[in-house]
Amino acid sequence: MNPRKRLLWAGAAAICAVGALGLGIAAWVVYEPEIPKIPRPAASSFSADQIKRGEQLATVGDCIVCHTKDNGPPFAGSRALPTPFGTLYSNNITPDEETGIGNWSAEAFRRAVKEGIGRDGSHLYPALPYEHFIKVNDDDLDAIYAFLMSREPVSEVAPENQLLPGLGIRQSLAGWKLLFLHGGHSEEDTTKSAEWNRGKYLVDGLAHCGACHTPRNLLGAEKWGNEFGGGIAEGWNAPPLNASNPSAARWNVDALTEYLTTGTSAAHSTAAGPMGPVSEGLLRLNSKDVHAIATYIDDIMHAGRPDRPQLQNVDVDNSKTSSMQSATADLFQGACAGCHEPKSPMALRGRPLLSATSDLNADDPRNSIQAVLQGIQAPVGSNAPYMPPFADNLTDSQVSALLGYARFRFTTKAPWPDLEKTVREIRKENQQ
Amino acid sequence: MTVSIVVNGKQHDIESSPDTPLLYVLRGELELNGAKYGCGLGQCGACTVHINGTAVFSCLTPVGAVGDRPVRTLEGLGTVDAPGVVQKAFQDEQAAQCGYCIAGMIMRAQSLLDKNPKPTDEEIRTHMQPNLCRCGTHVRILRAVRRASDELVKQG
Repeated sequence: MNPRKRLLWAGAAAICAVGALGLGIAAWVVYEPEIPKIPRPAASSFSADQIKRGEQLATVGDCIVCHTKDNGPPFAGSRALPTPFGTLYSNNITPDEETGIGNWSAEAFRRAVKEGIGRDGSHLYPALPYEHFIKVNDDDLDAIYAFLMSREPVSEVAPENQLLPGLGIRQSLAGWKLLFLHGGHSEEDTTKSAEWNRGKYLVDGLAHCGACHTPRNLLGAEKWGNEFGGGIAEGWNAPPLNASNPSAARWNVDALTEYLTTGTSAAHSTAAGPMGPVSEGLLRLNSKDVHAIATYIDDIMHAGRPDRPQLQNVDVDNSKTSSMQSATADLFQGACAGCHEPKSPMALRGRPLLSATSDLNADDPRNSIQAVLQGIQAPVGSNAPYMPPFADNLTDSQVSALLGYARFRFTTKAPWPDLEKTVREIRKENQQ
Repeated sequence: MTVSIVVNGKQHDIESSPDTPLLYVLRGELELNGAKYGCGLGQCGACTVHINGTAVFSCLTPVGAVGDRPVRTLEGLGTVDAPGVVQKAFQDEQAAQCGYCIAGMIMRAQSLLDKNPKPTDEEIRTHMQPNLCRCGTHVRILRAVRRASDELVKQG
């Protein structure tokens, strides 16, 4: 063999070796072993206390919301989860052996929830918020496991996910996790109260508040360094929970507790869009844990402000101002005033006034537009207000005129620019 | 002031304040009494009519907001002697108990079947959700919608 040929061979061999090593590392990152099936554990193998604790923790995690389709059996999955990358369908987490998690050991369950790996070793999409669940104690996960394993098994196979081309390859999720899945549960902050620490543990972990209230990057992961900076969920703005919340001055622990458990705060506004099911869940949570969550949120919302700001009076009504357009005032009287006119029956029942509504005061009209178009569904079993959808009653220009009127009449803020165009865009978005 | 609306294919010029609910105009001015006043807050569905072919609560729709969008009421579906397919199905299933919700139920069902004559049971349930019945004849109402769907499919 001449020296040139030898060099060529050596080069080719080196490239192959590097390639093989790369593939080996990739395979090592991607590969997760299957965890063997177990016979379905009998519900009686768990203590009543553990099941009850698991029920409360599953309520914090709101498992039921994503893992139940509309009118479907609880926890049987198949709910369509629209993401920027396509539509995912949630899995069946009832203890059915064929289609659910009946054959999963507690170890397989913990690995799935914390690391996003199915029992068979396949990678799960981060729609399962394992970015947060990785912070949950094993003991708590075992309690949730006990709770789920003692539910009624339901046979239900989720439809195939419909993702954008190329994103259906689950192996690529291993790379995503390498980039974005970090950190186990955080150390207790001894300078803070036990309640604050409990709140932080729940908020950062099971409650996964940041999944909606933290902005996401292009790869769909929560942005570091902007925790609780506000995000978007199912077409609604999830407001910031940190000091950048524009209504921070109007929240305190009591208002947050009231809001989280009833879906409404008389001095504030009503849980709408995807927040509705959250408050519906927290209604069933023990009051100590809700108060802990409120305590922690209150603290991060007023970070750097040791003096709690005075709750502001927000009773604004500019109805006497002469520049109010009478045609829109008529529209408001016919469509909105029955509930939203000051001194209407709803206002007299202690419902939030429009002037108190943070969405009407916000810079972005998105949530106000959504509330008018989609309405607000009151959580089942709560006393929270209901608002009918107006998408089919009112045209884009009417919705825009009404919101412009309400903003002018009930706030001191400048008019929203290009409102009708935004209404048109959001209506189109909702129809997709 | 004069407000013009098109109801069941006929134009009406009404002397009315534009903030008057469409429901009041239908019942009080045009004597179309199919739509009922239930809660007046868009919570029960007894007042359901169609605007532009879509079911809406007429109690929450100011007449001034209707504009040139066509309104359809129960009276637009058929008559006592010649009931529409959905009306006939509700009769055949004896879906009414007190009957107060039924006009709204029929209009809600009609708006579904106009767009999708062959809905699944789940689609029917989801679509009918905004309308309430205090007597509890839901099972008959659902059967009536199914019967109307079968009839429409048969008619092609």
